[in-house]
Amino acid sequence: MAMLEVRDLNVFFGVIQAIKNISFDVNQGEVVALIGANGAGKTTTLHTVTGLLPAASGKITLDGKDLAKVPAHKIVSMGMAHVPEGRRVFASLSVYDNLKLGAFTRKDKKEIEDSLEMVFESFPRLKERRNQVAGTLSGGEQQMLAMGRALMSKPRIILMDEPSMGLSPLYVTEIFEIIKKIKSEGTTVLLVEQNANMALQVADRAYVLETGKIIMDGNASDLMNDERVRKAYLGA
Amino acid sequence: MGFLSNLINGISLGSIYAVIALGYTMVYGIAKMLNFAHGDVIMIGGYFVYLSSSKLLHLPPVLSVLIAMVACTILGITIEKIAYKPLRKATSLAVLITAIGVSYFLQNIALVIFGANPVTFTSVVSIPAIKLFDGQIVISGETSVAIVVSILVVIGLSLFIKKTKTGKAMLAVSEDKGAAQLMGINVNKTISITFAIGSALAAIAGALYCSAYPILQNTTGAMPGIKAFTAAVFGGIGSIPGAMIGGILIGVIEILGRAYISTQLADAIVFAVLILILMFKPTGILGKKMVEKV
Repeated sequence: MAMLEVRDLNVFFGVIQAIKNISFDVNQGEVVALIGANGAGKTTTLHTVTGLLPAASGKITLDGKDLAKVPAHKIVSMGMAHVPEGRRVFASLSVYDNLKLGAFTRKDKKEIEDSLEMVFESFPRLKERRNQVAGTLSGGEQQMLAMGRALMSKPRIILMDEPSMGLSPLYVTEIFEIIKKIKSEGTTVLLVEQNANMALQVADRAYVLETGKIIMDGNASDLMNDERVRKAYLGA
Repeated sequence: MGFLSNLINGISLGSIYAVIALGYTMVYGIAKMLNFAHGDVIMIGGYFVYLSSSKLLHLPPVLSVLIAMVACTILGITIEKIAYKPLRKATSLAVLITAIGVSYFLQNIALVIFGANPVTFTSVVSIPAIKLFDGQIVISGETSVAIVVSILVVIGLSLFIKKTKTGKAMLAVSEDKGAAQLMGINVNKTISITFAIGSALAAIAGALYCSAYPILQNTTGAMPGIKAFTAAVFGGIGSIPGAMIGGILIGVIEILGRAYISTQLADAIVFAVLILILMFKPTGILGKKMVEKV
């Protein structure tokens, strides 16, 4: 049994079908990428998995537990964190407060402090700016804050939506280094990216999404060498 | 001396507006709606104080205010659950009209229960008046209590929001409901708590307002409610210090307008202020615009 299983998922926006019968798995310890063009349904998929959007039909399970009846705010305490598209940090709150909100559902006060230290170790810049208001951070710093905030919940699986979007190349490299580090610490990652090149470099496996359907899947290294993927997504 | 005395009275009335405006501004900040029934919760609070202190139970004032706070909290949560929660995904116009409907509902329920005749409210304040400058300025107990209570309320509320986990959750929900949910924050519960706090404050405001203007009837809450809304917009709706500043300014404008311009026009002046703010600075004194960063 995979850690996260999505089966025959359909999602509608009004009459428009955004997700058409997709199925995929994320196994424990893997980095799985969901790649595809703008509007392919990547963000919709993640939003449905964490309960921000309702599914019309299909089944989503985490560790075998059906998520259909689980409200969005209960997902994080089940061990699944979501770094949303566009960061969505709490702009008027300090870096520190944002991180503390990441640990909102945790009761283990002492260990929250340990997590905070770990996040500051991974993102030294956040430590420097811990009392700064999040809205005044640069885009790259906000992305780090959003990732740090998700890590504060001590997730077993973390969903990341377009972490490289709008960032300078230097930050993009840094963000992907951090994803590798998260994986090396044993956390499972489901990564949604338009930057297919980078995504396939860190991922073990990938699914290619096109207008709401999965049109291809396989090992990341195989997909990287696939002629169609290279043409459509890698610009080769 | 006359001016100073008017100024103090304005600050006092404004302090009551500030406490009411806090309810408007918190609910707006978190649920993104204008709860126009808020003023009528003041009236219900006033009746609860009246019933428990003078009419039925003869309890001490502080205790009757506490009873009114509990009653209004329950009322606020119930209103939110029955009238507003089902409209969470509806347009803001639908919610606004519902709020006006709730307002009339409360006024008419009060009319049925308490009757159309105004009752004389016994002040909850028993502190003696303060005399300054050999009695040239007399500050009534009601006046000073309103100022002190509103300062305590603002400080207490600011500390609650800054220091507690629930307060932080409220800030998170006010900024981004979706992201707040991803943190594990229960948005519905947070909105409920906000209504509870706002309504408890309305009960306090009801006790203070009726102590200063001791005539209580089913429409008593409407005018201070709408003026406090003006205050909230003036200060920058969504901002807690803004509600305080806006409240006091509106109170001072009203009392000075009444004293030096025209008694009849005092209310018109207050609402002219609302129109001017909406025309020239719709975000209010402390209202902020968030700039999105890439």
